[in-house]
Amino acid sequence: MTIQQPNTFRSGPDESGHFGIYGGRFVAETLMPLILDLEKAYAEAKKDPAFRKEMDGYLKNYIGRPSPLYFAERLTQHLGGAKIYFKREDLNHTGAHKVNNVLGQIMLARRMGKKRIIAETGAGMHGVATATLCAKFGLECIVYMGAVDVARQEPNVLRMRALGATVRPVTSGARTLKDAMNEALRDWVTNVESTFYCIGTVAGPHPYPMMVRDFQSIIGEETRVQMHEAEGRLPDSLIACIGGGSNAMGLFHPFLDDTSVEIYGVEAAGHGLAKLHAASIAGGRPGVLHGNRTYLLMDADGQIAEAHSISAGLDYPGIGPEHAWLNDIGRVTFLSATDDEALAAFQLVSRLEGIIPALEPAHAVARVMEIAPTKPKDHLMVVNMSGRGDKDLASVAEHLGGKL
Amino acid sequence: MTTRIDKRFSALKAEGRAGLVTFLMAGDPDHATSLAIISALPKAGADLIEIGMPFTDPMADGPAIQAAGLRALQGGETLTKTIDLVRIFRKTDTDTPIVLMGYYNPIYIYGVDRFLTDAKAAGVDGLIVVDLPPEEDAELCLPALKAGMNFIRLATPTTDDKRLPAVLANTSGFVYYVSITGITGAAAPDAARVAQAVARIKRHTPLPVAVGFGVRDAARARAVAQDADAVVVGSALVDALAQSLDKNGKATKTTVSAVTDLVASLAEGVRSAGRVAAE
Repeated sequence: MTIQQPNTFRSGPDESGHFGIYGGRFVAETLMPLILDLEKAYAEAKKDPAFRKEMDGYLKNYIGRPSPLYFAERLTQHLGGAKIYFKREDLNHTGAHKVNNVLGQIMLARRMGKKRIIAETGAGMHGVATATLCAKFGLECIVYMGAVDVARQEPNVLRMRALGATVRPVTSGARTLKDAMNEALRDWVTNVESTFYCIGTVAGPHPYPMMVRDFQSIIGEETRVQMHEAEGRLPDSLIACIGGGSNAMGLFHPFLDDTSVEIYGVEAAGHGLAKLHAASIAGGRPGVLHGNRTYLLMDADGQIAEAHSISAGLDYPGIGPEHAWLNDIGRVTFLSATDDEALAAFQLVSRLEGIIPALEPAHAVARVMEIAPTKPKDHLMVVNMSGRGDKDLASVAEHLGGKL
Repeated sequence: MTTRIDKRFSALKAEGRAGLVTFLMAGDPDHATSLAIISALPKAGADLIEIGMPFTDPMADGPAIQAAGLRALQGGETLTKTIDLVRIFRKTDTDTPIVLMGYYNPIYIYGVDRFLTDAKAAGVDGLIVVDLPPEEDAELCLPALKAGMNFIRLATPTTDDKRLPAVLANTSGFVYYVSITGITGAAAPDAARVAQAVARIKRHTPLPVAVGFGVRDAARARAVAQDADAVVVGSALVDALAQSLDKNGKATKTTVSAVTDLVASLAEGVRSAGRVAAE
């Protein structure tokens, strides 16, 4: 008897860490033995019920999960179409989805006996989450952050310092997320024996894209259960912003095989796709950076371009490799939103729902404003409200010229 | 198949001395100066020449080589120009091996097959691509070997006896031992540890072992040359070049000699090392 393989979008990556042609392990030899160790340690932890149990305890009692699935009634009325739900990752401890992944990685680091944790951060939410869990578990924490981002996300810099972390401003390149990641990799190469690199998104060398996805998948798993409780069925569409893409992957992955569910990722179009932006799918092509092959913004000679977005968390010239693959096979539709559109969405959600969103998910809401009105009233749409906007108030006020 | 690299190491062995491998960034600070420097290296005492292919995001390099790459890119250096630089060098020097060193993305975007064809035709003998470990051999290493190019692999202090066979499997030409865990330009390791590491690698391979990272002067070069088959110097040369530039980062009359003087002194150090008889 032949067994028909189920047609699944959820089986990646393969053993060498590839999603189609994307992913892989493009790192210096110094790091390779550690990456292989990490892969092994993660595989063991995944199979260990004690690891799962301990993590579930912290997810509930420290992070505050499950996060609510909230019916955004006034936004729904305002747009006059699809019934819009927010998955409230902004209500997690530390204020964003980032902490789901950090908890998993820090528990893994402890299992591996690593005492020194490094991280890169853009908007600072991943840095804050890492600093938080390092404080909780008594680990040394060093966060690399582009000097531009240090300036535009000052509240998060202060939070990290209050938590006992060392924030190292990075002054090379465009002084944003990409450069912070370069500097974190340089630190890792230098301190490979003692150090665990806590990557903040579904990118980097295998096993990071898979591991971060697994830790973030709780977002989609909860959404599935909560939507069944609220509406007795699956959602009709999912939408999330994408920088590296961890909040989006966390929401999308558990639904990939539910082909009735439309899935939208929203990249940052900055000043516009014809100008400076951070939309690697829309404006990039496959290349190799930071340990993986994926869509990247670059020039004709393969030199990496500088991204731009008003949102520090989306200001990166690449995207997670699994997203690149989901784009190519057509399972996820990638859209984009400009700085101005995100600012408008930021204000709309704040005033209609009493929720100040981070600029990152405001990009997703910007596209919701367009898509929702075209859908029938029984269309169930889930937006990943991936983080809270307190950190962005100063830069929003500046962009609106005091009209906030 | 015997390559220029194989021939050069055989000749060094016959002379009973270690070789000097110099690293400079192509196009640093501009294409013409870079060509003048690289053309002057063999006479100054370089036995093997590594040429960096500039990249915007050199994850394994320290500040000196990062800055060199940025100067080169600002000066308009491209992979096409770098290959051209080798072609011009080869018109006057058919013996000194040339190794291109860098990161994968510019090669991937140029096109692997086209790159190998053009580089080989220009007279490139080997490649070192920092972000291509053995796990990614299908990308460039295997096609390069097939094209008759040496693919030189880095071994590091984290490359233990279990890992070494994987690293050495498709390595040819020589093994480049990175003597510290760290980025280029970082502090030097102690000589005893280098000797131990070289001996360990040699238990696994008959290939020559070149040692780099942290060699800044003749004394240090001499010490490393006691045990290694070749000594690699990069950041110190790049620093010497950088210090010779004017305040706008442009080449001056002393730029070429700033590099070649240091190369001459390093070569003297390497040549004065009393070699422990090979094997």
